[in-house]
Amino acid sequence: MTNKKDHFSEMTAGDTVRAPYQRYQSWFAQQDVARLAKKANEAEAFFRRTGITFNVYGQDDAEERLIPFDLVPRILSNSEWTKLSRGIEQRVRGINAFLHDIYNRQEILRAGVVPVELVANNDAFLPQMMDFTPAGGVYTHIVGTDIVRTGEDEFYVLEDNARTPSGVSYMLENRETMLQMFPELFSQNRVQRVSDYPKNLRKSLEASAPAGCTGRPCVVVLTPGIHNSAYFEHSFLADQMGVELVEGHDLRVVDGHLAMRTTRGYKVIDVIYRRIDDEYLDPLTFNPNSMLGVPGIMDVYRAGNITIANAPGTGVADDKAIYSYVPDIIEFYTGEKAILKNVETFRCSKADQLQYVLDNLADLVVKEVHGSGGYGMLVGPAASKKEIADFAEKLKAKPSNYIAQPTLSLSTVPVMTESGLAPRHVDLRPFALVSPNSINIVPGGLTRVALTEGSLVVNSSQGGGTKDTWVLES
Amino acid sequence: MLGKNAGGLFWMFRYLERAGNTARLIEAGFRIALTRSTNPASEWKSVIATSASQKYYDAKYDGYDSARVTDFLLRDPDNPNSVLSVIRFARDNARMVRTGLTTEVWSAVNETWMLLNDVLKEPIPETDIPEVLAAIRQQSALVRGALHGTMLRNDIYDFCRLGTFIERMDSTARIIDVKYYALLPATSFVGSSMDNVQWEMILRSVSAHASFRWAVDGGYNAPNIANFLILDKRLPRSLAFCASQMVENLEYLSDDYGERSQSLVMAEELSKCLKSRDISMIFDEGLHEFLTGFIADTTNLGLQIEKDYRFNA
Repeated sequence: MTNKKDHFSEMTAGDTVRAPYQRYQSWFAQQDVARLAKKANEAEAFFRRTGITFNVYGQDDAEERLIPFDLVPRILSNSEWTKLSRGIEQRVRGINAFLHDIYNRQEILRAGVVPVELVANNDAFLPQMMDFTPAGGVYTHIVGTDIVRTGEDEFYVLEDNARTPSGVSYMLENRETMLQMFPELFSQNRVQRVSDYPKNLRKSLEASAPAGCTGRPCVVVLTPGIHNSAYFEHSFLADQMGVELVEGHDLRVVDGHLAMRTTRGYKVIDVIYRRIDDEYLDPLTFNPNSMLGVPGIMDVYRAGNITIANAPGTGVADDKAIYSYVPDIIEFYTGEKAILKNVETFRCSKADQLQYVLDNLADLVVKEVHGSGGYGMLVGPAASKKEIADFAEKLKAKPSNYIAQPTLSLSTVPVMTESGLAPRHVDLRPFALVSPNSINIVPGGLTRVALTEGSLVVNSSQGGGTKDTWVLES
Repeated sequence: MLGKNAGGLFWMFRYLERAGNTARLIEAGFRIALTRSTNPASEWKSVIATSASQKYYDAKYDGYDSARVTDFLLRDPDNPNSVLSVIRFARDNARMVRTGLTTEVWSAVNETWMLLNDVLKEPIPETDIPEVLAAIRQQSALVRGALHGTMLRNDIYDFCRLGTFIERMDSTARIIDVKYYALLPATSFVGSSMDNVQWEMILRSVSAHASFRWAVDGGYNAPNIANFLILDKRLPRSLAFCASQMVENLEYLSDDYGERSQSLVMAEELSKCLKSRDISMIFDEGLHEFLTGFIADTTNLGLQIEKDYRFNA
């Protein structure tokens, strides 16, 4: 791996502590490390007891695991955040405009800015969404943009996660845990609140209710069930919003509306925040074997009687091949240059770029176009010769399935280890809420940290942990 | 509330009650097995019969002894009524209805599952059984305490209570039915040490051996014990107590929902059939016949609640 000095350290610059971390550092200097270690164990016991766990696919023994929580916060100054949130807002606007265009007039394709085949051959593109506009024109009600940092002013967007981004419950629980463990830190540092997120989420979803809805809209969260890896988050969000958590078998179409079976009979639903993929949404329209969705929900949707968040077919915008066009997309619809940079991306579907990728596999990160969760990717610098050779075969077999990016020198934030603080690589997933009249970005987000020294993979399914993320008030 | 969640709450508390009842049965079984005047195998057989796990047991074992029976009832995954199984079901249901529970109730159930899952992972040496049974009892008390202390008294609470009482009512009726011959006043063993042992077993199975002494003046005899378990409304595990609690919770639900449910009508009938009799009338019509009918009515009441409140699609 590259030398540690090459990585931007968010806490220290040479011998000095960077401004946002100064108060924290002076607090930390007075702490007894043994006491902190004890606190960390307490936090873990608390997470287990309250059931803040996730299920890992493909592992029989440990059905439910904890995402390791590191008690050193990741701290952003207000000015760093202002720039980030403006950039995210712009990106989210661009993506919503793109989705509306793609499913209606398709001007961006006609203008040749985005190649037609990238949309036409895209599995996430849903013809059923053509010539239909969701309530208020909102496609991505919730977006979790993955951002990495490489320098003082260098922020890159890694992924747009416009389908069903997860992790916001960890953001909220991490803050709650920090407040309980170290209340004094929050009187010394003016940290912006994240706890309004569930309230804002509900407000934002209600504002996106169908036009015909009268009275307070009925919102529900749709989960695949208790065995889903993100079930904790589904039930947490429903609980925090004060809305019902439903499964497909609780729902049915009644008189042209979506309704849930309650103890008093069927009750009409106006907005469904679904945490299942498009494919499983409606067995009559998509995967006929799906037991998770609701037969006929797409008809209700197209009749304008239910809001589905996020809208079906949004995946076409967070595809990793489309990703490389997002700066062009933003410029096309807003006339502005993208505030946040993209990571340079090689499209393996193009012969010359494929050749470059094959020649430089040891230095690149290669990802599946539709992949997520850190599965099916190659991190060149960390891979063995054999892994690289095997991956090259997969790549040659189906080039259009992959994109490649240079290995970014991700910033580091210290974590607590047995031998004190040690730098580890981090990324950041802020959460944006989109409603017909506003975009609301919660100050902070989920910081994921690669707990293994030198590792760049932060996914929880691959041994990553999380941190509380602070945005200071000034 | 979602019908599915009402069902989840109902079953969660049925399973929790079942775990406690099973622990109590094992405890009583051990007591009796230590008494020389009885045949241990037949006592363990009646424990299995009472736990409603007979068919699962028969599928696995021939013959009865304490090690096999306790292992089967405490931790056998092939037995859907084992403590380990029902605690897992209870916790799965709690996870499903998480939004309806207070943090205290959810944490108590989750902690119970974590603890018992750990304790019941390996076979339990006989010397450790009392400790394990105590842990089960203590954990059920924890969940119960969290429920009473923190939950709103609304329909959610009513479904939790209905699950508890229907399970308890069914369990007490089975305990009496399996041993009904020991309670018949006409048997030739009256007053013998044999009966005393059986009576103690029955009272211990419902944690009533101490309270019986205090509550009942007339002394240690079959009609008094049968009366205590069936008709005495002071005993929280008696059929009369459970039935009247179910009527109460179903009344709350009916008021809340503005509609008198069929299950309320059925529960009232059940409660009335207990109130309108004294123990000699029950003996006259046949204790076993009475209990068989009562258990069937309890099952039907459970099915009617499921239907009235739309637990299933």
